[in-house]
Amino acid sequence: MVFEKVVEILRNYKDEPELEVTLESSFEGLELDSLDTVELIMEIEEAFDTSIEMDGTLKTIGDVVGLIEKAIA
Amino acid sequence: MSFSIIGTGSALPKTIQTNSDLTAFLDTSHDWILSRTGIEARHICIEESILDIAFTASINALENADINPKHLDLIICPTLGGDTITPSLACLVQEKLGATCPAFDINAACSGFVYGLDVADAYLSRGKPMTILIIAVDAMSKLVDWTDRSTAVLFADGAGAAVVTNGDDLKSIYLSAVGNQHALDIPWAKGNHPGLSEKELPIPYLIMDGPEVYRFAITAICDDLRRVTRDAGIALEDLDLIIPHQANQRIIEGAAKRLKLPMKKFVLRVKNQGNTSAASIPLVLDDLNRHGQLKPGMLIALTAFGGGLTTGACVLTWSK
Repeated sequence: MVFEKVVEILRNYKDEPELEVTLESSFEGLELDSLDTVELIMEIEEAFDTSIEMDGTLKTIGDVVGLIEKAIA
Repeated sequence: MSFSIIGTGSALPKTIQTNSDLTAFLDTSHDWILSRTGIEARHICIEESILDIAFTASINALENADINPKHLDLIICPTLGGDTITPSLACLVQEKLGATCPAFDINAACSGFVYGLDVADAYLSRGKPMTILIIAVDAMSKLVDWTDRSTAVLFADGAGAAVVTNGDDLKSIYLSAVGNQHALDIPWAKGNHPGLSEKELPIPYLIMDGPEVYRFAITAICDDLRRVTRDAGIALEDLDLIIPHQANQRIIEGAAKRLKLPMKKFVLRVKNQGNTSAASIPLVLDDLNRHGQLKPGMLIALTAFGGGLTTGACVLTWSK
């Protein structure tokens, strides 16, 4: 559920409806630079009405999904 | 109570440094800088002192306002610092202008100009007729670490001034501060007390947590613009122009997207100016004023964010 929503936000952000995304997809592999990542996280936070700590350990979509699941549990 | 802006002025140092110029001593590229910041070139104080650009911007603003410096009642200088710790930059500008009024600096980093407007508004709310010069000046080239490619490419030097007097152009204003040294820090020079010689002190150059500041900046623009338009009794869409602090094009685009406002409402000058800290908003204001792009009755919002962390925003009606 969280993953699907994150994928939807990501596809909208990149304006690529068919974008292939897995839990292992890295921001770098998705061609998201550090500023894109911040914006994406902000959109995800808004969608789930929560906030997550951003630090250097966030590398993949799975990392974000994990933090969101923990935050809204 | 409120004020009216009766004149604007600005000055940029002569030396222009392009992205390609930076590649001579930094491991970076024009495309990398442009795609992440929207910046192509910046002006740097090499020949000029900080006072030189402050003075030129002040003279331009006073001429534009048709005010003799002797008739100024106050000079406020939003700046991280001039050429000297003391005298303040405001006092040196006062001397060079031949003015005789009180003068002082304020430090609210990149939000300095909006903080300066609020201070001016507070003085004017005494109800006494006053003419106030606000001269926002920063020479970031003297504060950044020119070996740090993540920050050196962003910043630049400049001066922007406004002359304000009693009037009713200010519709709302909001300032904020949330103390945070980690996000943006320029440590003080260490001094030479013998007791400090063995102690490891920070290098006095700018350090910034880019992603954290980026997030803070987008949130600041969105929250502050919503607040000042609400306080002014208008809708965001009613604004004719928004002059954001010129830090990074992507911050402005990110905020516009979240506010669902067209980019054409936001004035962008970051391309050839870089981030001039406190000077960035009055530099834009002066450019618009001199090119006849400000019409009487226009509703303008200013929105700034910077070290501190500080933010400031306001809604003005243009009447000059």
